[in-house]
Amino acid sequence: MTETYEPKIIGFLCNWCSYAGADLAGASRSKYPSNVKIIRVPCSGRVSPELVIRTFREGADGVMVLGCHIGDCHYGTGNHRTAHRMPLLQAMLEFTGIEPERFVFKWVSASEGEVFAQTVRDLTEKLHQLPPMAEVLERKGAV
Amino acid sequence: MMDAGRHPNITLLTYSEVEEISGYVGNFKVRVRKRARSVDVDKCTGCGTCEEKCPRKVTDDVFEVGLGTRKAIYRPFPQAVPAIPVIDRESCLWFTKGRCQVCAKVCPTGAINYDQEDEMVDFEVGNVILATGYDPFDAKRIPQYGYGKYPDVFTSMEVERMLAGAGPTGGRVVLRDGETVPQNVGIIHCVGSRDEHYNAYCSKVCCMYSLKLAHLVQSKTGARIYDFYIDMRTGGKMYEEFYKRLQREGSIFINGRPSEILPEDGKLSIYVEDRALGEQMRVPVDMVILSVGLQPRHDARDVARLFSISSDSDGWFKEKHPKLDPVATMTDGIFIAGCAQGPRDIPESVAQGAAAAARVLTFIRRGEVKAESATAVVDEMMCVGCGQCIPTCPYTAIEFIEDRGVARVNTALCKGCGTCTGTCPSKALSLRHFTDWQLLSEMLGAMYTMRAMEVEV
Repeated sequence: MTETYEPKIIGFLCNWCSYAGADLAGASRSKYPSNVKIIRVPCSGRVSPELVIRTFREGADGVMVLGCHIGDCHYGTGNHRTAHRMPLLQAMLEFTGIEPERFVFKWVSASEGEVFAQTVRDLTEKLHQLPPMAEVLERKGAV
Repeated sequence: MMDAGRHPNITLLTYSEVEEISGYVGNFKVRVRKRARSVDVDKCTGCGTCEEKCPRKVTDDVFEVGLGTRKAIYRPFPQAVPAIPVIDRESCLWFTKGRCQVCAKVCPTGAINYDQEDEMVDFEVGNVILATGYDPFDAKRIPQYGYGKYPDVFTSMEVERMLAGAGPTGGRVVLRDGETVPQNVGIIHCVGSRDEHYNAYCSKVCCMYSLKLAHLVQSKTGARIYDFYIDMRTGGKMYEEFYKRLQREGSIFINGRPSEILPEDGKLSIYVEDRALGEQMRVPVDMVILSVGLQPRHDARDVARLFSISSDSDGWFKEKHPKLDPVATMTDGIFIAGCAQGPRDIPESVAQGAAAAARVLTFIRRGEVKAESATAVVDEMMCVGCGQCIPTCPYTAIEFIEDRGVARVNTALCKGCGTCTGTCPSKALSLRHFTDWQLLSEMLGAMYTMRAMEVEV
């Protein structure tokens, strides 16, 4: 592990709740690590498990999928699919040898800027304890 | 109501129910069950002779709240539009005992038709406004207030009927014996509202109608009024002024929610803790009025499911946005107005009705609908027809094309959430502007940037 290791996190955020929540985190000057890059999706239901796996494959140390709380989905029931899909993916990650802690799936509403900031802080801290994804991939002969 | 009944462009379907609805904004197909009223709508002139001559009287539990009677052939209330009566087959002598037929004999136009059956009507509409209203809270659910057990405990609806000049008591406010005028009247607010055991929300209208009842009962009977409230919510134009007027008129306001009502010494004792004094009180009165709250219609959830709109945890229809889009729903072309959406008073309901009508008129005037640009699209060459996408769609926008064995997205219904795209196992579905390639490229770009920054460190 290099000393300068800073985890790289990709966050898939739903446009209506979590993306607005992240915006609020910035607007309310909440501090969170700059390790995260956010990709806006219309709904957390848009995120296919394949996209998450692919992101890890590209060397991301952590991936977040954040969506609206159940009942708040802009599309009614889009996040119900996320709620079915993501725990399954989390279980599968362990099987593939990727630590399931690298993957965070959480509901963050538009008013929960601080929750978003805390989620990023927690994940960054956790990832500091784990080896970089690049090393994992190398070890597994994936690159 | 009369104007709506007369308008050439308005077809009123009363005593009817929507059985099925399909389609989308601009093209809804509706099937309505017109229930058999046993009266020919085209022949009836609404003269009311049948109602007058009908020998069968029954208790009117709806309009007269059980205080008065109606006939077996009746109109729900005198001003009902259209003024066409209906035969209540459960109490009509002809339907129950096979004799009578007085209404058919007296009808001058021969409009009575005992053999009428339910009729199905199909038609197409562009938009739907749901204004299904509310149900009053059933005061019997609170046993400690003794409604239904102690005769002189009334609901606000009953007192409302008693106050009406043409009502069951001819406008006199009396106890259940029909004669005694009450000397002391207790009005209890928030019955079934702001109570976690029943409905946690505030029904909004009860404070003001309780004040109205206090004012009218006092002026009709001269009784002393005790008004028990938790918080007096008089938000609205001239509402607070009305409350002040009641205070000047001598109504006694007690801040506290009564715990129990017990019959003592021929009176009803209201037990309450006065929060202002911090003391337990016992207030003996002759008559108790329970200001019942509002709750969603008993079948509101079925209606919501039928029209594929959502309802909130209490059962009120959910609006598109609570502040910025209060009469639209998440389903285009379906609008809501009045108490179907939540407790509303009359001015608000009128405003919402007008707003919903205006929203519909905008659609009609424009003649076209602006569709979402970010919609899902199926690559028919890739689609294996597994059908997994179909139940995931919150808008039922995906249909299965049987003869080609593929799914197809109706772009008029699709709102672009992409849940289907995230589901499709064969990558046949793609959400425009959020395609797999676009998201992947974005992710790769982000990774590239982060790796580049790492090198700098």
